Amino acid sequence: MADKPRIKLPKEAAKGEVIQIKTLVSHVMESGQRKDAQGKAIPRKIINKFACEFNGKPVFACALEPAISANPYIQFDARIDEAGTFKFSWTDDDGTVITAEEKIALKA
Amino acid sequence: LTLMPMAADAEVSNDAAKWIEKFTGGRQPAKGKISLDLPEIAENGNTVPLSINIESPMTADSHVKDVLIVADGNPNAGVATLSFTPLSGKAEASIRIRLASTQNVVAIAKMSDGSLFTEQKTVKVTIGGCGG
Repeated sequence: MADKPRIKLPKEAAKGEVIQIKTLVSHVMESGQRKDAQGKAIPRKIINKFACEFNGKPVFACALEPAISANPYIQFDARIDEAGTFKFSWTDDDGTVITAEEKIALKA
Repeated sequence: LTLMPMAADAEVSNDAAKWIEKFTGGRQPAKGKISLDLPEIAENGNTVPLSINIESPMTADSHVKDVLIVADGNPNAGVATLSFTPLSGKAEASIRIRLASTQNVVAIAKMSDGSLFTEQKTVKVTIGGCGG
């Protein structure tokens, strides 16, 4: 498996603040439309699902199709009501799941 | 990479209508609430930035649930389905997409009360991202 996903979000937020989260994961996102040098179709292999949870509750999810660019970049928002942990997951066609976690604190 | 020859002004009929039918259950979405941001001209169809923002208070009672994005000129129309929750805070997201040729990108939002809204943008593509 490739490099660790890159995730950008603030370290802390005020209660009720809406923060922006940027994620990027390395993946070829082979669309299934391309042919190799011999003219054979290259089989599809993509990340087909992304999900983000905060303290076990769903925040945002995205079903991805082959029309998503290689190294999928996904940016979305989250409202912070409490300190806690974000869990991110990217599910590959072959069943592999890439996961990552990020913590956020409440501003004093 | 060599590029597959593709029509410049493709009005390719793909399965876009089927995706939309499945998502809306055949109901007609209204115009409005969605701001869909895509470049008018994309030089490289392999990575076209798409941003979407939907007007909504994003409370437990009133929020955006799912947003379908389809492209009517790609080999397969489906692009992504975004799922928001009140914890999203805002119904806003950015992704990067592939466009095989000049075509329309359509977004349809389903709200928590079941209402549907739609918006679409035409993107002129110089180099297709369908690449073989």
